[in-house]
Amino acid sequence: MAIATTLGYDDLPELLTRLTGDEKHDWSSLSTLDVLWVLHDRVLQPEDRFLLSKGHGPGAFYAVLAAKGLVPVDALDGFGSFGSMLGYHPDRVLVPAAGIGSGSLGHGLPIAVGSALTGRRVYCLVGDAELDEGSNWEAVQYAGRIGLGSLTAVVIDNHSSTYHWPGGVDARFALEGWSTARCDGRDHGDIERAFAETTGDRPHVVVADVETKR
Amino acid sequence: MTMRSRFYELAARALEEDERVAIVTAEIGTGELPRHPRHFNVGIREQLMIGVAAGLALEGMRPVAHSYTPFLVERPYEQVKLDLGHQDLGAVLVSTGASYDAARAGRTHQAPEDIAALAALPGWTIHVPGHPDEVERLFMRALATDDRVYIRLSEEENTARVDGDGIVVLRRGSAGTPLVLAVGPSLSETLAATVDLDLTVAYTATPRPLDADALRALALGTDVVLVEPYLAGTSAGEVAGILSDRPHRFLSLGVPLGELRRYGTPAEHRAAHGLDAKGIRLSLARFWSLNDR
Repeated sequence: MAIATTLGYDDLPELLTRLTGDEKHDWSSLSTLDVLWVLHDRVLQPEDRFLLSKGHGPGAFYAVLAAKGLVPVDALDGFGSFGSMLGYHPDRVLVPAAGIGSGSLGHGLPIAVGSALTGRRVYCLVGDAELDEGSNWEAVQYAGRIGLGSLTAVVIDNHSSTYHWPGGVDARFALEGWSTARCDGRDHGDIERAFAETTGDRPHVVVADVETKR
Repeated sequence: MTMRSRFYELAARALEEDERVAIVTAEIGTGELPRHPRHFNVGIREQLMIGVAAGLALEGMRPVAHSYTPFLVERPYEQVKLDLGHQDLGAVLVSTGASYDAARAGRTHQAPEDIAALAALPGWTIHVPGHPDEVERLFMRALATDDRVYIRLSEEENTARVDGDGIVVLRRGSAGTPLVLAVGPSLSETLAATVDLDLTVAYTATPRPLDADALRALALGTDVVLVEPYLAGTSAGEVAGILSDRPHRFLSLGVPLGELRRYGTPAEHRAAHGLDAKGIRLSLARFWSLNDR
């Protein structure tokens, strides 16, 4: 496993088992796994920035980073331990590839807006329940009104927000001036298509639908 | 010219001269600063203001975020803690309004606790200039670093500027006399309160980090008095830590904890908090059992 960059999607379960020590888990249920893979495998360019705002349950993120050679595979073993660079929420100072440290919800999108204002192409992953936090909407409103075309958000929608988003969460982004695309959050081709539907003259949101959280 | 107008002038110049500098506002001060491709007004969205500053810093910019004190430090406190501190990103936060400049506006616009709140987070350099002429040196130096720097502007100001960094001696008493350290705009009132007393009066515009070497060099008697124009006790722990190996008596003056629930003028608030010359003198008289009439 020394040449980490050769690993592919099919290697992720093994990496996740190594991360958690759990050999029986059905890793395909991780809500962010497929979107994170498609982003890192097909969408992100070397000069782009990716910010994981929804830092809860970062196992899929760490596995993808390890598969892509962005964190050492050996680092997966000590997950959450005192000496580990990988905690239950990522810390960018310990793991530069993490982009930002996250955990407290609603911080990624505002930071992504600042980054995108410099012209950097930025992708930010949030959860549908994370959008309960009002700080997200400060970012969504401002980015939409100024037409911040270098920003793409992806909402992992596992329908976990207690009070729901009646009419769909994408409708709220659209109202604020974003282009929107829905996709099946398990279908790699569909995910890639949804990211490609950006128009460039306004921020773009991909709402990736995944099965409801149990 | 006020500290605030001096800041606007300096910030406008910095936008022109340094392409790393970006300014983020949330409607307050926006009109006083020039329209510029790197001046971002995010509307009345303070969480976003700090998040945007962090994102700009992530890209190598030198962001300056500016607002009224409670809306810059307290409303987006978690953003200050995480988006800047935890991400290990730098920014210059410049507030205006101080503890009670907005006496007439009431408690919602007053923030005597700002320094204590920021000082509870690691890595912040905190400046409290006492005169508009001190703002330039502190602000321009802050721009030249990538540190997390807070600059607290106020309408209250001393009658003259003080040059020099760290703790500066204004009046030196005889050997072993008490040290009175005034922070920022509390200097003039402190000098007036102590004019007839044999003691050393020193000044600093930088409560964090507090100049430990100078404090130890000056606090040669047993008695130390600290006068801060914000929440009383904000720097008491710093002073106690710096002098921990020396027997000393310590009086810490500042804005008392509590709700004043008065409007009026800043001067009336200063007096109500015991931070005018008369009030400072009263506290000193109690501390030293002076026979003041």
